Amino acid sequence: MPRILETRMLTPVTKYFRIDAPLIAASAQPGQFVMLRVRDGGERIPITIADYDRDAGTLTIVVQAVGATTKRVCALEAGDDILDVAGPLGGKIEIPPGGHVCGVGGGFGAAALLCLMRALTGRGDKTTAILGARSKDLLILADELRPLCHNVEICTDDGSAGFKGFVTQRLAQMIGGDGPGRPDHVVAIGPMAMMRAVAETTRPPGVKTLVSMDPLMVDGTGMCGGCRVNVGGRAQFACVDGPCFDAHQVDFDVAMRRNKAYVKEEKQALDRFTCMANREAR
Amino acid sequence: MPVKRADKTPMPVREAQARAHDFKEVNAGYTASQAAFESERCLRCQDPVCVDGCPVSVPIPEFIHAVATGDMAGAARMLRSSNPLPAICGRVCPQETQCEAECSMTLRFNPVAIGHLERYVADWERTQPPSVEAKITRKEKVAVIGAGPSGLVCAGELARRGYAVTIYEALHAAGGVLRYGIPEFRLPKAILDWEIGILKAMGVEIVCNVIIGRTLTLDDLFERHGYAAVFIGTGAGLPQFLGIPGENLNGVYSANEFLTRINLMRAYEFPDADTPVRVGKRVAVIGAGNTAMDAVRTSLRMGAEEAMIVYRRSEKEMGARVEEYHHAIEEGVKLHWLTNPLEILDDGSGWVGGLKCQKMKLGEPDASGRARPIPISGSEFVLPVDNVILAIGTTPNPLLTRTTEGLLTNKKGCLVADEQTGLTSKPLVFAGGDAVTGAATVILAAGAGKRAAQAIDEALVART
Ligand SMILES: Cc1cc2nc3c(=O)[nH]c(=O)nc-3n(C[C@H](O)[C@H](O)[C@H](O)COP(=O)(O)OP(=O)(O)OC[C@H]3O[C@@H](n4cnc5c(N)ncnc54)[C@H](O)[C@@H]3O)c2cc1C
Ligand SMILES: Cc1cc2nc3c(=O)[nH]c(=O)nc-3n(C[C@H](O)[C@H](O)[C@H](O)COP(=O)(O)OP(=O)(O)OC[C@H]3O[C@@H](n4cnc5c(N)ncnc54)[C@H](O)[C@@H]3O)c2cc1C
Ligand code: SF4
Ligand code: SF4
Ligand code: FES
Repeated sequence: MPRILETRMLTPVTKYFRIDAPLIAASAQPGQFVMLRVRDGGERIPITIADYDRDAGTLTIVVQAVGATTKRVCALEAGDDILDVAGPLGGKIEIPPGGHVCGVGGGFGAAALLCLMRALTGRGDKTTAILGARSKDLLILADELRPLCHNVEICTDDGSAGFKGFVTQRLAQMIGGDGPGRPDHVVAIGPMAMMRAVAETTRPPGVKTLVSMDPLMVDGTGMCGGCRVNVGGRAQFACVDGPCFDAHQVDFDVAMRRNKAYVKEEKQALDRFTCMANREAR
Repeated sequence: MPVKRADKTPMPVREAQARAHDFKEVNAGYTASQAAFESERCLRCQDPVCVDGCPVSVPIPEFIHAVATGDMAGAARMLRSSNPLPAICGRVCPQETQCEAECSMTLRFNPVAIGHLERYVADWERTQPPSVEAKITRKEKVAVIGAGPSGLVCAGELARRGYAVTIYEALHAAGGVLRYGIPEFRLPKAILDWEIGILKAMGVEIVCNVIIGRTLTLDDLFERHGYAAVFIGTGAGLPQFLGIPGENLNGVYSANEFLTRINLMRAYEFPDADTPVRVGKRVAVIGAGNTAMDAVRTSLRMGAEEAMIVYRRSEKEMGARVEEYHHAIEEGVKLHWLTNPLEILDDGSGWVGGLKCQKMKLGEPDASGRARPIPISGSEFVLPVDNVILAIGTTPNPLLTRTTEGLLTNKKGCLVADEQTGLTSKPLVFAGGDAVTGAATVILAAGAGKRAAQAIDEALVART
């Protein structure tokens, strides 16, 4: 069972974990994810590999508590073990070398930019990270990203830090030549609505864009087909064919609808978790 | 020779109305007197043709004779000598097309209930203290990829020959289809757990959550982890879809997803277990193999009021075991033969609202040798359903082959391997089970695992 070595709250609902997982750390690549399970009878949930240290044999993940399972994960501390961690799963992000790559991170998606930006900067690409949040105190990992890429662009909805507005507005300015300039490739990782907005921003000017899709998953190994995403009119399994796909080919309407399939059950599970947690607290 | 009774001793079953709503095992198993009576029916033929029908050549008359004489330990030993998973195969083998199809008794009467007797012996064996020990006598280590029946059997046979064996399994639990696919009411997990316990007692190490091709490559196993040989038993777990409109609606499942949510993830315990599944009032399952029967019967157990099979061919072409089919009918499953799904309809909110179908008629045999279904024009109709479950077949998962150089596959994505030894296109890499044959049966997978173990042993002994 992989042990948690270090944790840190990044926002009131987002937690950073460094875990001891040498086999996974040895083969992880930017864009891949792991499947976690934290208790017997628990769900298997996909979580992006934010970073890895092959020498130390550690893996970094960032988890946002949105429902029963992610809340259970976020209740874990350094010294605790995670019942199951399987991976790395999915394909790595493939971008032709030598261009200007802009990574757009929203919410926990900023975390996935850590290893991606390090790898791309390391091989000589020009790199820019655009981070977005509602306000300054919800921004995560900006300081960690600064040494890993050439430019970090901050956007907040309320203007409490950096550019006032959405990541897509800043991205559009860059495509127009502003700041670090027009990217050759965009990689967007974050909430589905943000990824869709990025896709619509880069479509007219024709900037190649990848999005990291996060459909509901069961096994994460290509066995159930539950994670299928419609890409260019064809069903693709996000866990083996993705999770990154050409943003301009993805059917976001279907993807967003499919992610809402179990809203009722998710609420039921969350209520039950909250009730159990309260009982324990008393 | 005494006059034998014409009919097979029926398997005692739980009453259909009661069992259709829970996951407890349907078949209750023979009593001692039923087993004794049935074992007496065997003619102990000079030329036991039944054995020819068994893919692993179980010494059928011998083990049945041991049952008849009350030598249960002897019966268990004989069974295990050729079939390492008797409790499982006794339950899930398609006996009617294998051993029992050949039985001489079928010439005039019903065949001997070989499967039921096999189960009886194996269940007796489980009540006895296991007599296994770990005995590593060889210096070479062998890695097995996948903990389905082929991998489990290969590992067990290698351990018996003194090798240190590690099984790497991608999921968090061992068993393959026996864990995530075949439901509890047909194959209690306790039996699988018992078999896995025996392997562990023999010193086999099972490492879950390791995906070969991702966590480690096949070459890593040799180069970095020092294994001398590898067996690939990764199965055929990739579900196929029909490609008809509406397949991405909420409420459409592959049978693998549906059964995995329920069997592996225990959705029937939701919310005590965290993984949900949505089963509506009416469920249509497309296909008519074992997987389809499992899915349709599971739907009833998950609360569906009406569960139906939709199949474009007829009852005659159905792939399911006869027993499952009869049980399904008893439990109230509806059957729509010669019915081809055309489109899954939206209920207006992105969920399944119905299944548009077309009636078919049978024409000339096609490439598979079965009558080709031909659409009857103007026969379209809509089945009002809330879920559609696709059980139309699976193919080998490409995860490992995509990431391994020099591992040859055929057009269908199946690994190319020697029929006898399982040797693949890479030296000291062997394979068997569904990964080689495409979706087949437990006993074929077990047999392949066993033969490969022998070939691995021979290859490694030859090197020293
Ligand atoms: C490839 C991939 C990578 C991911 N990486 C991360 C990560 O690095 N960090 C992280 O915190 N989360 C990540 N997720 C999302 C994470 O898996 C889900 O948040 C988690 O499964 C929710 O489980 P839960 O039981 O806590 O919440 P649930 O009760 O299942 O859901 C609570 C709420 O979250 C929504 N939700 C559930 N699953 C998803 C999803 N996959 N995408 C978007 N919304 C969802 C539900 O609609 C619901 O409103 C990733 C998902 C995928 C597919
Ligand atoms: C629902 C259902 C019902 C069935 N009913 C019957 C029946 O009644 N009778 C019968 O005889 N047969 C039945 N079958 C078929 C039978 O179960 C299979 O033929 C048999 O399980 C194949 O065994 P296997 O060892 O080849 O593979 P599997 O049982 O598929 O096991 C493969 C294992 O390998 C793991 N794996 C895959 N890739 C990797 C990797 N890269 N790294 C690590 N691990 C990996 C998988 O997670 C899995 O655990 C049924 C099948 C299904 C789906
Ligand atoms: S293993 Fe299967 S085919 Fe062989 S004798 Fe037993 S039930 Fe029959
Ligand atoms: S063919 Fe039938 S009757 Fe003859 S030995 Fe086999 S099981 Fe017995
Ligand atoms: S999560 Fe099951 S196939 Fe992708």
